[in-house]
Amino acid sequence: MSLFITAGYPDLDSTVDLILGFEKNGADIIELGMPFSDPLADGPTIQYASNVAISNGITMKKIFDMVKEVRKSSEIPIILMGYINPVFRYGVEKFCSDAEESGVDGLIIPDAPLEESSIISDAAAKHGLEMIYLVAPNSTDVRMRSVDEKSSGFVYCVSVTGVTGARSGDEVARSVQKFIERVKTNVTRNPKLVGFGIKSHEDASLIARDLDGFIVGSALIDTVRKSYPNKGWKESVFQFVKELKYGNI
Amino acid sequence: MKYTAPNKKGYFGKYGGKFVPEILIPALEELEEAYAESEKDPLFQKEYHDLLREYVGRPTKLTYANRLTEHYGRAKIYFKREDLCHTGAHKINNAIGQLLLARNMGKSRIIAETGAGQHGVATATACAKFGFECVIYMGAEDMERQKLNVDRMRLLGAEVRSVESGSQTLKDATNEAIRDWVTNVENTFYIIGSVVGPHPYPMMTRNFHRVIGEETKDQIKHEEGKLPDYLIACVGGGSNAIGFFYPFIEDENVKMIGIEAAGLGADTDQTAATLTIGTPGILHGSMSYLLHDQEGQIQLAHSISAGLDYPGIGPEHAYLNDTKRVHYYGITDRQAMDAVKLISEKEGIIPAIETAHAFAYLETLMPLTQRDEVVVVNCSGRGDKDMGTISEWFGKVPS
Repeated sequence: MSLFITAGYPDLDSTVDLILGFEKNGADIIELGMPFSDPLADGPTIQYASNVAISNGITMKKIFDMVKEVRKSSEIPIILMGYINPVFRYGVEKFCSDAEESGVDGLIIPDAPLEESSIISDAAAKHGLEMIYLVAPNSTDVRMRSVDEKSSGFVYCVSVTGVTGARSGDEVARSVQKFIERVKTNVTRNPKLVGFGIKSHEDASLIARDLDGFIVGSALIDTVRKSYPNKGWKESVFQFVKELKYGNI
Repeated sequence: MKYTAPNKKGYFGKYGGKFVPEILIPALEELEEAYAESEKDPLFQKEYHDLLREYVGRPTKLTYANRLTEHYGRAKIYFKREDLCHTGAHKINNAIGQLLLARNMGKSRIIAETGAGQHGVATATACAKFGFECVIYMGAEDMERQKLNVDRMRLLGAEVRSVESGSQTLKDATNEAIRDWVTNVENTFYIIGSVVGPHPYPMMTRNFHRVIGEETKDQIKHEEGKLPDYLIACVGGGSNAIGFFYPFIEDENVKMIGIEAAGLGADTDQTAATLTIGTPGILHGSMSYLLHDQEGQIQLAHSISAGLDYPGIGPEHAYLNDTKRVHYYGITDRQAMDAVKLISEKEGIIPAIETAHAFAYLETLMPLTQRDEVVVVNCSGRGDKDMGTISEWFGKVPS
């Protein structure tokens, strides 16, 4: 199970605690979102979290500091996920170097697809960062094989066309079967994780049962949004994480 | 020198490209293929040019501005009259072209973003003419500033969706249109209104507007027996400017000037002068110049004109700026509004506030010109839509 949380949301101080708590409650990978002012592949939930994080004063340097802090007590794989412009502005080489130094394991840059991957792939390889590319339901078989070829770490399978968080689990499950079959045939080198629209353990069991794992982002942020800053909000978020992983037990 | 940009990957020098989510890659490949076919297809070309002639009203006139020429007492000034296009601006050249492509590709639903509303109106018009479902994304602030165009789009049968995120202007309308496209990519064609976005949009939109420059070239040769010495156009994303400039790029003696909106001044934070103060970055699918902070967060652009307050610029303009083939300058809100008044009084033409930015540069340029020289300004749109803003600016209609 991979969990996405926006760095600096809901506040700058909680990100490290959340990551450590996610790990304790069943997360196997953390995708740490680097906020961008114009997240054009994201739905309202992640747009909101990005805006809050930017108003909280998040910076790239603070994100690297958060990763360093986590690394004091945890070896959980951390993938930085975000749009290319903040990375480009920071300086691609310096970004990859600082990411390596702080203990980041890989990168997902949704708006740098294979066509534009050369903007960062060499620097990432030099600094030992995995590059995770995406496949979508409208990707051709040939495309899926190229993505598998270029990816390392895992391949991110976008279950539906659309922005993050937009569809309900049932709707996703109905349309996704054919896509999963094609992914299994064409993506053979890397583990396959599926995301977009997974909101519960039941969704995950249904959609990801034939793959290597699943990703939850918007549903997790919605849960934070509902409980923050009530007393014990982190505990209720962690409870949700536990249920995502293990179901209602 | 032979000018061949963009290359196959959609790059103008180091600018351009296809920085989009994976979901849009098949759609862009399909579009590239369909566009390349349309360029070679005589039936497509005939239908497009017939529509430009019989529906848009092309060729548009080249008007000699005799009183303005007298006013400055230097080079002769001509206006390329894109304001006379059906719907009141150049935007329809591109909207019609892209709509024909959408139809040939079997798409049933059209979406577009709009700033000043001119591209929205042009798209809604083309959709009405061809019977397409049409959804226009427009920033809430722009809907307020450009009420007349909102009403026009609705009357033409389009659904206008108000965008409340970010600065509530063109940048955010574009984000929202891209989100719609990502979601409905199977049946939806996104008609981008400027020379921005991922490849092949900047090239395709330029080519649908190059008729502006091609006509100008023929017309000025006929009038003056030579090519112009100067071309001036306003630049937001840069579609009217690139359509005007492109056919002259290899004519090295033609000096070309692009005018950005400096808002309250390029040295303030209330500006849209992307090339003047921006740095390279990636927004809306391509690498170009951007207004963004040290963290790469996009900054809000400001201009009194809703069509120019965009924090980016077309990648080809970034390239032409770096190679110095085109020179770019900023004009403030105040200078532009002064030009609205001057052009109205001297030539009986009320220009759009966007267009007035280009006219305002005459104040700087004209004293440097000679009497035997020729200046052509692209009069990209008419100002009826701006009467609210104009009245407010002058306190009342100026007298």
